[in-house]
Amino acid sequence: MKSLILRTTAPLLVALMLMFSIFVLLRGHNEPGGGFIGGLIAVAALAIYGIAGGVETVRRAIVFHPLAIAGAGLLLSTLAGMISILLHVPFMTGLWVTPSVLGQPVPLSSVMLFDTGVYLVVVGALTGVVLALEERGED
Amino acid sequence: MDVTALTCLALLLPFAGALAAPGLTRLLGHNAVWVLALFPAAVFLHFLGFSAEIARGATVTGGYPWVPSLNVRFSWLIDGLSLTFALLISGIGTLIVLYAGGYLKGHPQQGRFLAFLMLFMGAMLGLVVSDGFLMLFVYWELTSITSFLLIGFDHTRQAARRAALQALVVTGGGGLFLLAGLLVISGITGTSQLSALSGFAAQLKASPLYLTALVLVLGGALTKSAQFPFHIWLPNAMEAPTPVSAYLHSATMVKAGVYLLMRLNPSMSGTPEWQTILPVFGGTTLIVGALLALRQTDLKLMLAYTTMASLGLLVLLTGFGSPHAIEAAVLYLVAHALFKGALFMVAGIIDHEAGTRDIRKLGGLRRAMPITFAAALVAALSMAGLPPFFGFLAKEEIYAALGHFDAWSVVFAAIAILGNALMFAIAFAVAFKPFLGPTIETPKVAHEGPVLLWIGPAILALKGLAAAVLAGATHHMISTPMASAIAGAPRNVDVSLMPHLGVPLGLSALTVGLGVIVYLNLDRLRGLIAGVLADIGWGPDRGFDQAMRGLIGFSQRLTRRLQTGRLDGYMTVTFIALAVVLVVTPLWFGEMPRPPVFPKDVPWHELAILAIAVIGIVAVVLARDRLTAIVSLGIQGFAVAVIFLLYGAPDLAFTQFMVETLVVVILALVMTRLRLSPSDRRPFRQTLPDAAIALACGVGLCLLLMTVTEAPFDTALTDFFNLYSKAIAHGANVVNVIIVDFRGTDTLGEIAVVMIAALAILSLVRLKPGSMVRMADNEPDAGEGRP
Repeated sequence: MKSLILRTTAPLLVALMLMFSIFVLLRGHNEPGGGFIGGLIAVAALAIYGIAGGVETVRRAIVFHPLAIAGAGLLLSTLAGMISILLHVPFMTGLWVTPSVLGQPVPLSSVMLFDTGVYLVVVGALTGVVLALEERGED
Repeated sequence: MDVTALTCLALLLPFAGALAAPGLTRLLGHNAVWVLALFPAAVFLHFLGFSAEIARGATVTGGYPWVPSLNVRFSWLIDGLSLTFALLISGIGTLIVLYAGGYLKGHPQQGRFLAFLMLFMGAMLGLVVSDGFLMLFVYWELTSITSFLLIGFDHTRQAARRAALQALVVTGGGGLFLLAGLLVISGITGTSQLSALSGFAAQLKASPLYLTALVLVLGGALTKSAQFPFHIWLPNAMEAPTPVSAYLHSATMVKAGVYLLMRLNPSMSGTPEWQTILPVFGGTTLIVGALLALRQTDLKLMLAYTTMASLGLLVLLTGFGSPHAIEAAVLYLVAHALFKGALFMVAGIIDHEAGTRDIRKLGGLRRAMPITFAAALVAALSMAGLPPFFGFLAKEEIYAALGHFDAWSVVFAAIAILGNALMFAIAFAVAFKPFLGPTIETPKVAHEGPVLLWIGPAILALKGLAAAVLAGATHHMISTPMASAIAGAPRNVDVSLMPHLGVPLGLSALTVGLGVIVYLNLDRLRGLIAGVLADIGWGPDRGFDQAMRGLIGFSQRLTRRLQTGRLDGYMTVTFIALAVVLVVTPLWFGEMPRPPVFPKDVPWHELAILAIAVIGIVAVVLARDRLTAIVSLGIQGFAVAVIFLLYGAPDLAFTQFMVETLVVVILALVMTRLRLSPSDRRPFRQTLPDAAIALACGVGLCLLLMTVTEAPFDTALTDFFNLYSKAIAHGANVVNVIIVDFRGTDTLGEIAVVMIAALAILSLVRLKPGSMVRMADNEPDAGEGRP
């Protein structure tokens, strides 16, 4: 893609979208959002980046192979479900802790870890597909 | 520990031995068998401890819950029948393990072999003590699988692989029939415990499904016990090392079918079907097996075919129905396990020490191998049914059962006499021909085998003698409890070595006379049978190959038809099926929706969104090139997302927006990747069918949605999630809480699917044209994406 405008604005746009995707992921438990939607936003961001700057740039930027990211996500989700084994409650039981950071209560949960895993699977799997297709389109 | 825990431990002990075998063999070499033999020996002693209790007529049951929610238990039933089998399996198993140590001494995979052998032992032991139907089936198939591993042990030879596969197909396939049969029985009676089954005997026999159940169960029993025409796998299984033949294919596994028939005898026997099918199959197998045995010159094959004949005799006796027949079957089963195990091991020693098993190339080994000769002779005398050996008692009882003067008995008595006479001849052919006569030079210089080899056959042969001499004790401990368990009522076996004049003794004498004549004319008869078989020119063994070839050919043709490799073909079929389901189903059941009532005052912005969606669709249909069509589809998708948003589903709308965006991106990329022409140039005539299918799908889906929304909306789930989402899952966004918490396991499965789909897509994208064909040819560089 040779559009100068796109190439100039893409990094800014992509950074904003990625940040937004994480925001959507984190707020998902109480307001519209979640791992799946957040993941899709991130994929869209990376797809734009790929169109603007080429596939190799994206691959360098995300460091790991997309499928490795997806695999790590699947593992994370499974492990998040297995934390419950340690406490002798059924598989996938949601567990919550609320530590206080700087006087501010921060609720953390195995459910959020699970959702992060979903996010990573969606990002990894779809980015892998999109990048592979873009790669072919170039040659 | 109490008896229940100890028995459970005994049942698991062979599996523990299997785990220990490779390590021990690496550590101690072939001498590891002295340690490994302790495992089955301990099992033997444990089960021997039950014998006093069983002899009093008691039964021992025990077990643990396995799948409590399905009422499935891991439970065992020890009575005279299963105790005898358990003792045979563990006792002969001990000797076989020792024998295998000598036979495969120095073999690089001896540890693996011993592990397989112990696995089989555990499976067989579990099979004969199982009380639950499901447990019986699992162990049944486990014996088929372990037998597959043992037959195919020498897996570099094609013949061994074929024999292993054949055994697995025949016996494993039979096991599926058994499963179906057990399910039918359990459906009729409502019980899934063998111990409870005999209480339902009358109900079972009166059921219209009785014949179905019987045929299905026999499908399992007759294949496992190598009845004609399913016998083919048994002689081919002689590809396995001799310890396997001696253990699985004479003493234990092949008797599993007979065991099953005996176990079901109290609940299913006595009907005309039972008393016809079993004797006819058994009698045919007896004669065919004995005749085919005559034709062989390989020691192992001769024994294999006589084993088949003996199994036929056992099935005949089990189904015959007269009181003596059960007792005869008991005695013959025990006698056969002892003498046939010994003879197989003898054949193995001869092969091991002389280098050949062909009786035409063997002779005069008596001086070189005196102990082996003695064991062979004693075992052969028992097989021939001569006093004072256990085989004689069995034969007396057989003729007492069959020696009556009605037409049915006379026919089967004649079959039994002929079969026994042929087996008599073969017993002496195996015991005499290699050892007597002038010395023939063998491939190896023959000498007596090491103690590990001859101890097994020697003990088994002597047991055959001791069991007969101490007939009273044998009957008290083994025969009477076992016969009672099979009959389902107290029985008393009292046949002794004392010859008493009568019909049985006369028939015995007739058998011996006929047997001697056959023995003297062995070579002539062998030529005759070979000639007849050559004239027939076809057998079940060749039939098996034809059936397998037919099956593979059929699946290839079917695959080629279904998997054409053309994407548009798959799409067409899928969508036609969808349209048929959506349109035909409501028509068929008369469930068409009522015409919808249009609301009067729709807000203008909703109408506007609807208009945008319609414009999008019209644009898709009218678009001149594909890219425009894809983008127009996006317009329609966005309009739908806005509708979701308006009706209070922000999560759904959000996802829809993202999916629509990505779909446009990915479709556009796919288009460039596939190098499609920018527009669809097909004439209208060709696109018409596609349009019709699309229209049918759309109309069908519309009808479905209208029908669904007509019904009053059940808010039970909505209420539940609204109530509990915040309270127990700490989340206000109900949709997300359902996804990650309430139904988190579903989501885990879904993201796994996403992952797998991505892997599949990536490998398809990276595939070069034609590389699949090269992958099929095992080319190392096939499947690589980049040149």
